[in-house]
Amino acid sequence: MESIIKQYTAKDYKSDQSVRWCPGCGDYALLNTLQKVMAELGIPPHETAVVSGIGCSSRLPYYSTAYGFHTIHGRGAAVATGIKVANPRLTVWQITGDGDCLAIGGNHFIHSVRRNVDMNVLIFNNQIYGLTKGQYSPTTKKGFITKSSPFGTVERPFRPAELTFGARGAFFGRLLDVDLKSSQMVMMAAAKHKGTSVVECLVNCVIFNDGAHSWLSEKENRYDRLIILEHGKPMIFGKNNDKGLVLDGFNLKVVTIGENGITENDILVHDAQCEDTTLQMKLAMMEGPDFPVAVGVIRDVADESYDEAVENQILEIQSKSKIKTFDDLIDSCEQWEM
Amino acid sequence: MDKRKTTELENVVVRFTGDSGDGMQLTGTLFSNLSAILGNEISTFPDFPSEIRAPQGTVGGVSGFQVNLGAQKIYTPGDDADVLVAMNPAALKVNAKAVKKGGVIIFDTDSFQKSDFTKAGFVTENPFEELGISETIQLIPASLSSLTTASLEGFGLDTKTVLRSKNMFALGLICWLFNRPIDQASAFLTRKFGKKPSVLEANIKVLTDGFNYGHNLHLAVSTYTLSKSEDVVKGKYTLIAGNKATAWGLVAAAQKSGLQLFLGSYPITPATDIMQELALRKDLGVKVVQAEDEIAGISIALGAAFAGSLAATSTSGPGLALKSEAIGLAVMAELPIVIVDVMRGGPSTGLPTKTEQTDLLQALYGRNGESPVVVMAAGSPDDCFHYAYMASKIALEHMTPVILLTDTFLGNGTSLWQLPKLSELPEIKPNYAQPGMEGLNVTARNETTKVRYWTIPGTEGFAQRNGGLEKDYNTGSITSEPLNHEKMVATRQAKIDYINNYIPELEVEGDKDADLLVIGWGSTHGHLISAVNSLNKNGNKVALAHFNYINPLPKNAEEVIKRYKKVLVCELNSGQFATYLRSKVPGEYLQYNKVQGQPFKVAELEEAIQLIINK
Repeated sequence: MESIIKQYTAKDYKSDQSVRWCPGCGDYALLNTLQKVMAELGIPPHETAVVSGIGCSSRLPYYSTAYGFHTIHGRGAAVATGIKVANPRLTVWQITGDGDCLAIGGNHFIHSVRRNVDMNVLIFNNQIYGLTKGQYSPTTKKGFITKSSPFGTVERPFRPAELTFGARGAFFGRLLDVDLKSSQMVMMAAAKHKGTSVVECLVNCVIFNDGAHSWLSEKENRYDRLIILEHGKPMIFGKNNDKGLVLDGFNLKVVTIGENGITENDILVHDAQCEDTTLQMKLAMMEGPDFPVAVGVIRDVADESYDEAVENQILEIQSKSKIKTFDDLIDSCEQWEM
Repeated sequence: MDKRKTTELENVVVRFTGDSGDGMQLTGTLFSNLSAILGNEISTFPDFPSEIRAPQGTVGGVSGFQVNLGAQKIYTPGDDADVLVAMNPAALKVNAKAVKKGGVIIFDTDSFQKSDFTKAGFVTENPFEELGISETIQLIPASLSSLTTASLEGFGLDTKTVLRSKNMFALGLICWLFNRPIDQASAFLTRKFGKKPSVLEANIKVLTDGFNYGHNLHLAVSTYTLSKSEDVVKGKYTLIAGNKATAWGLVAAAQKSGLQLFLGSYPITPATDIMQELALRKDLGVKVVQAEDEIAGISIALGAAFAGSLAATSTSGPGLALKSEAIGLAVMAELPIVIVDVMRGGPSTGLPTKTEQTDLLQALYGRNGESPVVVMAAGSPDDCFHYAYMASKIALEHMTPVILLTDTFLGNGTSLWQLPKLSELPEIKPNYAQPGMEGLNVTARNETTKVRYWTIPGTEGFAQRNGGLEKDYNTGSITSEPLNHEKMVATRQAKIDYINNYIPELEVEGDKDADLLVIGWGSTHGHLISAVNSLNKNGNKVALAHFNYINPLPKNAEEVIKRYKKVLVCELNSGQFATYLRSKVPGEYLQYNKVQGQPFKVAELEEAIQLIINK
């Protein structure tokens, strides 16, 4: 029989359910990008699981034709872990938000990253609780006024990259909802990485935190304000591709190519595969207005995934053990006739 | 001729007690095993302190192991001890009340010195008098420490190792007392210490010297013999602890159903053994994830259930509380999962190492919304195997979470177990979506049983979106339409209720024609049947109905209960099952309750039941 490799399109991953996010919500763009990436990966919907917790972003599984599981608040990472470890042949996507992932689900997040379960975690970070209508989240900027912080928050926010690195994450990427091309590149890299791939998706909530990322997303100056990182490529950015990053002592510095004798050769080349996180951390922490915000693949280091390690250990023990069945187990115990 | 008397016994209770570092659990286990091999009925129960190593010689660090040996059918580890081994005054203090009148106390005189009395909180230098038991017991003083030291002279072992062997001297002495040949004990030791020849040799030497010490000194006490039990069904047996039996029940169910067994769990006393036991079973393909917390334990397991595994989680009361939201998700998503709750004393951290039946109402009702689940309870340590197997079978065949209640007493206690074969166990047929049903929606179900069809990720044509939101009965889409919600609530309840067509009817034990029906559930079966049998033997008329299936109740529960003039519900809580029964089968229920972190005693049950009979 002739084997047929089916070509998928984004449509194959779109369910018949009407999408119910607010008009103008950044989640739409991410859904479309994800479906394109799924089609490009060519993994059929029935071999894909999309798992979520609770929040606006967590509605996403209903809009996909894959096996979907809309679980409970914060526990998406744990449920996704169970799915992947039970059946490592499935491709698993976890869809979560800044509240779901970093507040109520913080413990599961760091531990799934630490274990390095082979799954792709998309954190829709809009720095606000949307579904409960506008309370501050663990990533809300200090001082920000929300319904639960009428006089401004007095809390320090998490930075997802630091948390991921602290949990020994092997993959960290960042994308901006409106920047479609780089978003697709990052999601694709996340899907191809074996292990937990954490992608911080900077997404706009039009209702409760409109413009949270507008400094970055504004079309006019976008490419002067963000830098798209790819492994092995020089860290060059700017509308005219004339800006770059260099090291100045232990710190990063923005330079202009052609000024002060700087040439393209002086610009740092991004090493996402470096085990040491020092420079990757500096890149992930860059903030405007003095620095561009890094999107792209910031860290992508190969390591054994947890689900793989679990299977390998089972195979190893099975090859050595005399106990192959339940009846063998019974035979193996201390026993006597009565 | 030997002048000492040898008493023939029907059963005997021995309690080994000492510091938690004294090796009392091992000593007790060895003695139980070798008695079982000699053909006795066995039931054991360890009593651990929750401290790992409390200060030596203090009452907080006393560890105990009780074994009941029977020449006929026995159901419990026994009430009070015929023989107590006390390695120090603290052990004596904690256990003195648990020794029968006329019983024997073997104690280590080397550890019964002034400073030891102070540590144990005695004010005089005669602890037996201070405890008021000097007139009612027989004492066997033995300087275990110095005798052990003498026994191991020339072995070149350090003092610590030498003193750690004194439990073997005590074991030798006990073997002599009960006329047990010690060659079997030597064989056990060989298996345990085979890899450390010097330790093995030392242990066997001390064991033998302990036995000979008793024999040669003609200690002024009677020895005992215990015949082989004739009540045992012929076959191959082992001694098994409830937690191990639970783990193995899950293993058997996985193989029978052709599924991978997957446990998500978090360490918690007294349930941890289940996880540890399953972690050993990689040879049988069992996947165990030790999660970051209780919630993750069940959530990871639920993910595995979604992916098509036989999923389970093991915990105790505080952990069950943390898992309630995820159990609700399993109810809503109609996924199979077994939740084992090895109950302990509560509320809160409570009495982590002690036994109680206080999680019943939590298991039945401890979730938000209308959230029915199957609840069942095992009745003895070996019974845990059967009920873990049946919990898996019901979960898989009826697409529901099943809570299996055991407790410290069952989990840590052991009983004789006739070894099963997989082929003898009932078939398990999960309710899979069948070829030809492609495209079915997530709420599609068998209209008679109300069981949802299980669709397994990876299978083409069956991809669905499941979750915790209410779904439309017909289309499976999410909806909050009022009448649909009510219909879904009723459907989920009907699914659970229908399971009573698949569980055995309630049986009545004891004297069926009695006026009084004693009711119990779960781990108290052994104590209740012992009390009921004993009362009937003495001319009373008492019936016993013991429940293992709690939700749903067996079909004939109401009919059985209504047959009796008086009904007495006995349980280790303040009346949770009685409360439940009042709501299911309205009527008058008398109660006998105990909430002391301890199992019932047969004697106190007899007394309580007798009072009701006499009224």
